[in-house]
Amino acid sequence: MPPAKPLPLNFSVVDKKHWPLWEIFIRSRQGLSHRHVGSLHAADAEMAVENARDVYTRRQEGASIWVVPADSITASSPDERDLLFDPANDKVYRHPTFYDLPDEVKHM
Amino acid sequence: MEMDLLQHFDAYVAAEKKIEPKDWMPDAYRKTLVRQISQHAHSEIVGMLPEGNWISRAPSLKRKAILMAKVQDEAGHGLYLYSACETLGVERDDLIADLHSGKAKYSSIFNYPTLTWADMGAIGWLVDGAAIMNQVPLCKCSYGPYARAMVRVCKEESFHQRQGFQIMLTLANGTEEQKAMAQDALNRWWWPSLMMFGPPDDNSPNSAQSMAWNIKRFSNDELRQKFVDLTVPQAELLGLTLPDPDLTWNEETGHYDFGEIDWSEFQRVISGHGPCNKERLETRRNAWDNGAWVREAAQAHAEKRAARRDAAGETAAA
Amino acid sequence: MNARFEYLLRLGDDALILGQQLGLWTGHGPVLEEDIALTNIGLDQIGQARAWLTMAGRAEHAGRDEDALAFHRNPEEFRCAQLCQQANGHFGDTIARQFLFDAYAVPLHAALTKSSDDEIAAIARKSAKESAYHLRHSRVWMVRLGDGTEESHAKVQESLDRLLPYVGDLFVGDDVAEAAAREGWGVNPATLRDAWESELDDMLAESGLHRPEAVPEQIGGRRGIHTEKLSYLLAEMQVLPRTYPDAQW
Repeated sequence: MPPAKPLPLNFSVVDKKHWPLWEIFIRSRQGLSHRHVGSLHAADAEMAVENARDVYTRRQEGASIWVVPADSITASSPDERDLLFDPANDKVYRHPTFYDLPDEVKHM
Repeated sequence: MEMDLLQHFDAYVAAEKKIEPKDWMPDAYRKTLVRQISQHAHSEIVGMLPEGNWISRAPSLKRKAILMAKVQDEAGHGLYLYSACETLGVERDDLIADLHSGKAKYSSIFNYPTLTWADMGAIGWLVDGAAIMNQVPLCKCSYGPYARAMVRVCKEESFHQRQGFQIMLTLANGTEEQKAMAQDALNRWWWPSLMMFGPPDDNSPNSAQSMAWNIKRFSNDELRQKFVDLTVPQAELLGLTLPDPDLTWNEETGHYDFGEIDWSEFQRVISGHGPCNKERLETRRNAWDNGAWVREAAQAHAEKRAARRDAAGETAAA
Repeated sequence: MNARFEYLLRLGDDALILGQQLGLWTGHGPVLEEDIALTNIGLDQIGQARAWLTMAGRAEHAGRDEDALAFHRNPEEFRCAQLCQQANGHFGDTIARQFLFDAYAVPLHAALTKSSDDEIAAIARKSAKESAYHLRHSRVWMVRLGDGTEESHAKVQESLDRLLPYVGDLFVGDDVAEAAAREGWGVNPATLRDAWESELDDMLAESGLHRPEAVPEQIGGRRGIHTEKLSYLLAEMQVLPRTYPDAQW
């Protein structure tokens, strides 16, 4: 999709103190990378880790937790999607299927 | 320009592709999602109360643990959903304020009282059953964060309906008093459960647009019929009677016909005049208000600690 | 006297009464995340209660299982510490009660992992992990509330002042406790007091809270002498099995 223009919402944003938002990443078991699972609110990092444990790993889904303040994440902008990701479109030589091998070569 | 975007958006969504938080989306799509996801989140949170009412009186330690875990899951589900909703640029605290002011709605089923232990069975079996039927299609909803939250929710919910059915089964096979308790709970929860699917299709103003946007995949009446068809044999298995004299198998349609739903009751409860509306909201408001000093304290401590750390850092640097 | 039965009842009843009370927070916490956390701790307590009471039932040799012991004993037959019976009150009261208990449970479970009885050691190993986590949670909240705002500091200091006199039961070193230590399957909780005191001092130093003036301790839970609250608490908890004694649930 094309990018968003900053859209004013018709929701009142009251100037009050919220616990900041944290993005949660969980390594479900050793050998896998951390994966984004969602977010939660916490007053500090320590609380964010504890809360993440209770909220996102109630069924033994976790071996390790990362918490990152949501406002510390710098994201690529959706309007740069073409710019960033299209150039890889024509570099099919990066993929193994680009290379035809004689049938005799079974595993490579 | 706006027109192009809209056409592009509609085509994109129609092709079953996902919208992610920072993508362009029509204002109405965003608002529909915020309304639906926050209502859904509120329902999970208010929905903790009727069942929470029996945690202290669960009749065995095993049942107590199961019920606590179940109600806790609902808090988790509320949290996943608020978190999905926040990706649309709203703050959870503001959504909660809308709930507390009565501006936001939640599922009307939770405005009914839980009078006996059998209600824990009926809620798990019928209310969670109806909820799952509504929720499974949402796992494929066009908005990525909502769909992902629903995948998580549905995965965890599968035990909820089973534990409810198992409570009913135990009661239905128990003493005469227990069996009567189960029948009474079924009598009270059956019709409100059918109302959970929302107004009939010919009177559901937002449905068409939500279907076009792949937020909603099946109509209210379709899901309701599916629920009835699945539940009737389960009630038979329990040896309990569904409180609907018009309920009959229709050979022609291959579905169960069922009686008229009392939509005036639905309207009454939705507009705030159910048996427990005031109590439920008041309970939520109290929990929130009584917790204000705790939230402030945690915030103040975090700030003080950060300041102390900065000061220590500066001293060390100097 | 069946020391083993008595001892296991004490372990089970503390966990049961705390679990029962923590369950009341479900749906009423100050913030959603904390609601989930308190319920988790409550679930751990119920789990521990079930394990200890099941074992107590076997030690008694009278055919009572966890539910018979939880739901069909009268208040004076309970062996929980009076600390565990103190009301939930506000969040600070619950956290302070939990902290005072956790600071005892951690060295208790650690010591019980060395029990000569394999089953006790196994339950203790599982419980030790849980109580270590509970202590971390309650301790960090004591610090947050103690250090947080003027209001939170005053509130939690008051909680501490009110609850401290009730910790005495936890460290009672009576015949039962001595038998447990002598026979090697248990630990005399009187030996845990030093560890508990230093955990408390450590928390006080970090939170800015202070130790109230020493007051006489209320002791009696281990002998079945309880607070007024316990019989209400049990009446609520036991209502269904008592009303329908023949029913299975």
